[in-house]
Formats: sequence, structure tokens, C-alpha cells
Amino acid sequence: MAFHLYFLRRLLFVIPTLLGITAMAFIIANAIPADPVVANLPQNVLNNEEVVNNFRAKWGLDKPPLEQYFTYLGNLLQGDLGTSIRSRNPVAQDLANFFPATFELATYGIIFGIGVGVGFGVVSAIWRNTILDYVLRTFSLIGVSFPVFLLALIGLSVFYVQLGWVGGPGRLGVRFSEPPLVTGWFTIDALLAGQWATFSNAFSRIVLPAIILGSFVSGIIARITRSSLLNVLGMDYVRTARSKGLRERGAIWRHALPNAMIPVVTVIGLSYSNLLTGAVLTESIFAWPGIGRYMFRASTSYDFPAIMGGSMVIAAIYVGVNFFVDILYYFLDPRIRFS
Amino acid sequence: MIHASASPRRFSLRDFARRNPLVVVGVVVIIVWITMALLAPVLAPRDPLDQDVMIRMQPPSVEHRFGTDELGRDMFSRVLYGGQTTIPAGLIVVAVGSLIGTFIGAIAGYIGGIWDEIMMRLTELVMAFPTIILALAITAALGPNIRTAIIALVVVWWPGYARVVRGLVLEAKAQDYVEAMRALGATGPYILFRTILPNCISPAIILATLDIGTAILTFAGLSFLGLGPEPSSPEWGRMVSSGVNLFDQWWTWLFPGLAIAFLVLAFNFIGDGLRDLLDPRLRNR
Repeated sequence: MAFHLYFLRRLLFVIPTLLGITAMAFIIANAIPADPVVANLPQNVLNNEEVVNNFRAKWGLDKPPLEQYFTYLGNLLQGDLGTSIRSRNPVAQDLANFFPATFELATYGIIFGIGVGVGFGVVSAIWRNTILDYVLRTFSLIGVSFPVFLLALIGLSVFYVQLGWVGGPGRLGVRFSEPPLVTGWFTIDALLAGQWATFSNAFSRIVLPAIILGSFVSGIIARITRSSLLNVLGMDYVRTARSKGLRERGAIWRHALPNAMIPVVTVIGLSYSNLLTGAVLTESIFAWPGIGRYMFRASTSYDFPAIMGGSMVIAAIYVGVNFFVDILYYFLDPRIRFS
Repeated sequence: MIHASASPRRFSLRDFARRNPLVVVGVVVIIVWITMALLAPVLAPRDPLDQDVMIRMQPPSVEHRFGTDELGRDMFSRVLYGGQTTIPAGLIVVAVGSLIGTFIGAIAGYIGGIWDEIMMRLTELVMAFPTIILALAITAALGPNIRTAIIALVVVWWPGYARVVRGLVLEAKAQDYVEAMRALGATGPYILFRTILPNCISPAIILATLDIGTAILTFAGLSFLGLGPEPSSPEWGRMVSSGVNLFDQWWTWLFPGLAIAFLVLAFNFIGDGLRDLLDPRLRNR
């Protein structure tokens, strides 16, 4: 299949999913028996009918649900996600403020996860059923079994409180001002501005949460890499490569690994979108001003526009990463190209 | 796909245990944890809710093996009782989620057509939503308590099972024995529930076993965020969250945290062993 056809076909699958997500976010937001009026207006004006009615009219809460939904979709098409009830900022602006923090953290996390996960997986597969294999597999299992909040607290008390090797919670120390905004990543922006002290502070604060996020992911990646590589190593073409006299290392790196990577790439994509969207626990312990914390606060204060807008963006990220993975398949898996 | 019955050798529990010593460790840990939760009223030296501000924040000692928390409650007793909430919650989520998922998946696969299409799109939507955010929205909506945390998790838990069972039912539908049943005059529901489903149930059960650890972890996470049991109740996730940032009083979060970690690790040891056993491509390597 030609690349542009494949690309268009994948793109078409994205639209119904996104529509479905808006519908689902809307249904959840509306099925909530809780009243946003109570959650967002001060106690003393709740009996004042005029204030309450104005509030409902302002946020469109007085219109029938279906009309609310279509109004929302219409605004969405113009890039308008509505205004957050809690922060009183446009949701799009809120999300733009909170997203870079999550993006930076998730990216550092996934880099650690891929490095450790693929490394452990390959080593485990090559030296399968040795002590080394068992040790690495147990590590991977620990990574997926320990609650992130426990790892975070252990990490903070050992490496921050006791040893002082890393910075504390938050993106930047109070003594530092944010570097001039370019990418929204404090580490990169500080480097671009040549602010070395700011860079090292930002970096020392992101290392620990990134490793903790990455350790869960690395456990999953290691398991998939190991089983996928073992599976491929048993295939005929790897045997052929070996019987041609190729050294073991050549057989693994040149023939087995590229083919074993297909399921691994899927898992990496899935994990990355999870990190980008669902790191609520890590963000709350490390006081990280990201999407997860934003959504957490939106949900607990029944801030419907923020919940809907956040869900939309989260779903779009999820769908976007999957789309990217599908595109990668095209290059990794020759069967797609020639079918 | 998993075909346990395709194995040429008879499955032997002793073989399985010998090849996977970690599975044995897992089983032992789970038995110990469940026993401790069940016997908590007998084993706990104090009432887990008893406060005594005179002895607050005491480090572990002979009298308070896991120390005391900020209200002077005995941590050891609280950790023992914690299992009474977290373990059943995880099991219920997986049990109910897998039942609903199996039922929906089986019907979608058997009926096919538009229903199948709708069901599968629905599962995709739920799966595209990050678990904890969806659970968060639901718990926030229904009010934070144990029951709604479980409901929220069931809502995000069923799609995985629906998809697996649907695939198996589609496969089974084409088999000769189904054809034979139909020729004998059996009706749809009878064929589905009495012949097809029993043949598809074991992969669902295995998936459920692999899932219990994750369910416990997610429940503890919700609880940590304050969306589960009420603040005073002795639940592990909740206990850890009240110890956040108490780095000098490490015992207030470390013991309940480890209680979760070792339990989940035990379930994952078993899951890993099962996966090895059932994946025939990997079995003899």
C-alpha cells in the first residue's frame, strides 16, 4: 500500500474516536448528580436566586443537554474549549499553561523507561534463564508492582532529604525565576537562555519524578522486549542467518532485534500516551503543575468546561500518539508496505 | 491466543512450581496477607481507630511495632486491618469487571453485526480514556467512598475482557461442535451459554488473575488521591497519603506502602509464571 493511502486511512480512523470522546466526556459531566453551582459559588449566595440563575445562564447550564453538546462541538471546531469555572481562564489557555510541565516530565520518563526497559529485555532474552535474567525480571516486576506514590516517597526521603542528590518537589526552586518561554520545558529554555544555574536546578528536580514514572514503564517494556525477542530468535530466518555463519551478535542485532521491535514500539507508544495523560499520582506528590493535577482539581470541583476540555486534549494526545505509532509500523513492518 | 488444552503434556502443579519458584513465593505471600487481614481482630494489639494524642508520631518500638501516626493510632493494627478493605476491593473489581466484560463480549461476538460494532467502539472509547482520570471523574461525581471507587474501577475494567472474549467467541462460532449443536436444534442462548462460553472462559480467568495486582494498585491510587475510603479508615493507600511529606516519620507511609507493594508483587509473580506456562512459544526456552 502506498504511504499516502495508508496515512489517509489511519487518519480517517481518528475522527470517530475523537467524536466519541467528546460525547463520553459530555455524558460523564452531565450524569454527575453533583451541582457545579454548589461547588463553585460561595455558600452565602446560594440562596440568592438571581446570582444562581445568572451563573447557570453564563455557563450554559440552563439549556437542554443536547443543545449544550452541539454548542460545545461548534465552539470546539473554532478552537474554543470554553472557560474554566474554577480558574476563570479559557480552558485552552489553562491547558497550554499546564501541558508543557507534563510533556517535559513524560518525555524524560519515557526516555529512561525505553533505555532501561529495552536494555533489560534484550539482556534477559540473550542470557535467558540465567541468574542475570531472573534478577532483571524481578526488577521489572518490582517496577510494575510498587505503587508510584511509595516509590516517590522512598525516592524523596533517600535522594532528596537524606543524600541531597536531587531537588525537592516542584519544577523550580523559589529562588529561581522561570526561564524565558520558548518551548515551555524549563530545562531546554534555561539552556537556550544560557542560565546554567536555572538549568541545573530544573534538571535536579525533574530527575527523580522522571525515573519514578519511567520505572513503571520500563518494567512493561522489558517484559515485552524479552518475550518478543525470544519469539523472534526461534524463527527460521534467524536460524538461517546463524547457519550462514553470522556471529550471534550479528544475528541478534541485524535480524532479530528489528523484527522484535514491532510489539515493543506499540507498548512504548501506549506507555508514552499514558505518561502524557495520566500521571496524576506522580504530579500530585511532586507538586508538578501538569495536566494530571489540573484534571484532578477540575474533577473534584465539578469544573465541567475544564473536565471536557482536558478530556478532549488527553484523548487527542492518546489518539495522536497511536496514530504516530501506526505510521511507524509502516516503516517497521514490510508486510504493510507490500500488502 | 491461549490454548491451555493444546499442551501435549498433562499440566502438573508440581512441575509448574518447580519451574517457577517465584510463583510459590507469590502464593505464600497472598495466603499470609489474606490470613492477616482475616485475623486482624485477633492479631491487632489495638483498635485501628483508637486515637491517643499523647503517643502521636512515635517511631517503631516493641509496643508499637510499626510506630504510631499523627493521631497516635497504632500503625501495626491499622496495616493489619487495611487488608480488609484493599484486598476485597481489588478482587471485586476484577470479578465484576470480568463478568460484565465476558457477558458483553460474548453477546457482541455471537450476535455480530451492528451490536458488535457498537460494543467494540464503546470499548475503544473507554480504553482511550486514561484509567485514573475516568475513575476520577466518576468517583468525583458519585461522591468519594469505597463503593463508588469500586464502581468507577469496574467501569474502566470491563472492556479488556469484552474484547478478549468476543474474539474467542468469534473463533468458536466457526467450530464444528457449534454447527452440530445447531443441527440438533439448540437455540442461540443455549449454544452461547452452555457450549461456546465454557470453552472460552479459561483465558478470561487467566486475564483476571494477571489483573488483580493492577486492580489493587489502581484502587490504592484512587484512595491515595482521597477518592476512596473516608480519611480515618485504615486503608493502605489512604494511610500513605496522610504520611506524604512526613520524611522524618517514615513509618507512617512506608509500612502501608510496602503492604500494597508486596501483595501486588505476589500477584504479579503468579501472573508472570502463568504467562510463561501458557505461552507455548516460550515454554521450552
